[in-house]
Amino acid sequence: METILTLNNLTKKYGPLTAVKNLSFTIHKGNVYGILGPNGSGKSTTLGMVLNVVNKTSGEYHWFDGKDSTHEALKQVGAIIEHPNFYPYMTARQNLALVCKIKGINSHKIEEKLEIVGLLDRKDSKFRTFSLGMKQRLAIASALLNDPEILILDEPTNGLDPQGIHQIREIIRRIASEGTTILLASHLLDEVEKVCTHVVIIRKGEKLYSGRVDEMNASHGFFELRASNLQKLESILVSHPSIGKVTNSEGLVTAILEEPMDAETMNSFLFENGIVLSYLNKRKESLEEQFLQLTNQTSH
Amino acid sequence: MFRLLDIELHKLKYSRSAKILTITYFILITFIALIASIEFDLGQIHFRLADQGIFNFPFIWHFNSYIAALLKLFLAIVIVSMMSNEYSNRTLKQNLIDGLSKKEFVLSKFLTVVLFSIISTLFLIVVSLILGYSFSDYTEFSIVFSDMEYLLGYFIKLLGFFSFCMFIGILIKRSAFALGFLFIWWVLENIVNGILTWRIFRDSDIADNIVQFFPLASMSNLVVEPFSRLNFIQTAASQIGSELDKDYGVHWYQLLIVLVWTFLFVFLSYKLLKIRDL
Repeated sequence: METILTLNNLTKKYGPLTAVKNLSFTIHKGNVYGILGPNGSGKSTTLGMVLNVVNKTSGEYHWFDGKDSTHEALKQVGAIIEHPNFYPYMTARQNLALVCKIKGINSHKIEEKLEIVGLLDRKDSKFRTFSLGMKQRLAIASALLNDPEILILDEPTNGLDPQGIHQIREIIRRIASEGTTILLASHLLDEVEKVCTHVVIIRKGEKLYSGRVDEMNASHGFFELRASNLQKLESILVSHPSIGKVTNSEGLVTAILEEPMDAETMNSFLFENGIVLSYLNKRKESLEEQFLQLTNQTSH
Repeated sequence: MFRLLDIELHKLKYSRSAKILTITYFILITFIALIASIEFDLGQIHFRLADQGIFNFPFIWHFNSYIAALLKLFLAIVIVSMMSNEYSNRTLKQNLIDGLSKKEFVLSKFLTVVLFSIISTLFLIVVSLILGYSFSDYTEFSIVFSDMEYLLGYFIKLLGFFSFCMFIGILIKRSAFALGFLFIWWVLENIVNGILTWRIFRDSDIADNIVQFFPLASMSNLVVEPFSRLNFIQTAASQIGSELDKDYGVHWYQLLIVLVWTFLFVFLSYKLLKIRDL
């Protein structure tokens, strides 16, 4: 598979603070990647480093096969970071024409890209008259101008109203369906889950998980149990080889599975050991619980 | 190279304030012609400035370079804001993401500075030729095209000054503060000059020898004031018994000092951009 971006132990320190710590991952062509992490976890810093606007402290990264310099490679990349940045006194079309000059491409695609993001009728309005949603859409149009190998979006729906969020997601989905590789940084799990195929989860600059979104949820699930003799229930559960951690919160015992096990087997196992359940529920963690679990595991 | 210039001119040509300031600057240079119409009528004495030889070749080259250089502040505002606006609009970041390297960014700004200096110089030549042929007492070819080194001085002076503006625009990041800094720098140079001349090194040339290396002082030394060269001033001076022997020339080492500063400003702009996180 063709690689687009490779990060190798990339690190960024701001004085005593380490914003990104030994981050490594690879981005392959044709997938939609999400970088997921809470605010301040180092997502934007990571993107800033590979986009040549933040100086790395140590480590390596290279675009494509690593032959071109970063700024040459960036001409084949479309990226928007945080706020849409354009010249307020220029119109949408003049701003995009400037981007074409920087990227060294013909400007005949401007109207086509404005059409994709639904701004064609505002092409001669000055940038400063745009709403945030329109600015964000113009930024996407600008990132698409060169038909990029990869589209990088950093919190593209931040600060938008529900309608704006919906529009942006629709645009991203349409671009992804045409086979463009996308790297999307977000603190919104829901967004990543809806749009991405692969995910890299970072917290305090460290990678916690990287892999497919659907595999992230590949645990065997857990049981929620209730019985009159809780102490006995817990001790019996702990002794079972397929059960990992057992916790008790306010009379509800949670047993996390390490091997697959169905509810029927569990019920008969406990009954044989002299326990009659008053409540039995087998569940799988939602992606959200999984995410919270992942992002919390190093905090205590 | 033309790509970089094209990028920068694209940014400037849609900016209304940049356009107004640039046009004002060039119109004001043509207003040097208005000096010709200054007349005094003091009873018996009828005095017309144009008749005092200020537009005589080759003196006009010196006179006009000096006057035109005073107007450089208008372009300085354009240059400072074209640097600092990239920070305040955060467009510098976007330019880099779009694939401009930091080196290309500084180069595109510097090429614009060079272009402004070249156009100013050419414009000044045209204005001076027109004025000279209208008012000069001598229009022989060899006289008209002598003493042209003042134009070189003028060009280098603008180049150095605009590079300085470019550097403080990047350094300070806010156009108003950057222009304030430029003013404070000028005041500081004058204070240091004053202290050196009147306190530390009285009655010697040492102060001048040090001060000539200061950036603004070195630029202003390139084209010194031409007024005391005028006949009527010389006459007046000798009448009150003081001798004016001033060096009005443009010297190679003065050009070199300013060129070194120009190089330093461009180089430091690049370094600053390189080490900064955006």
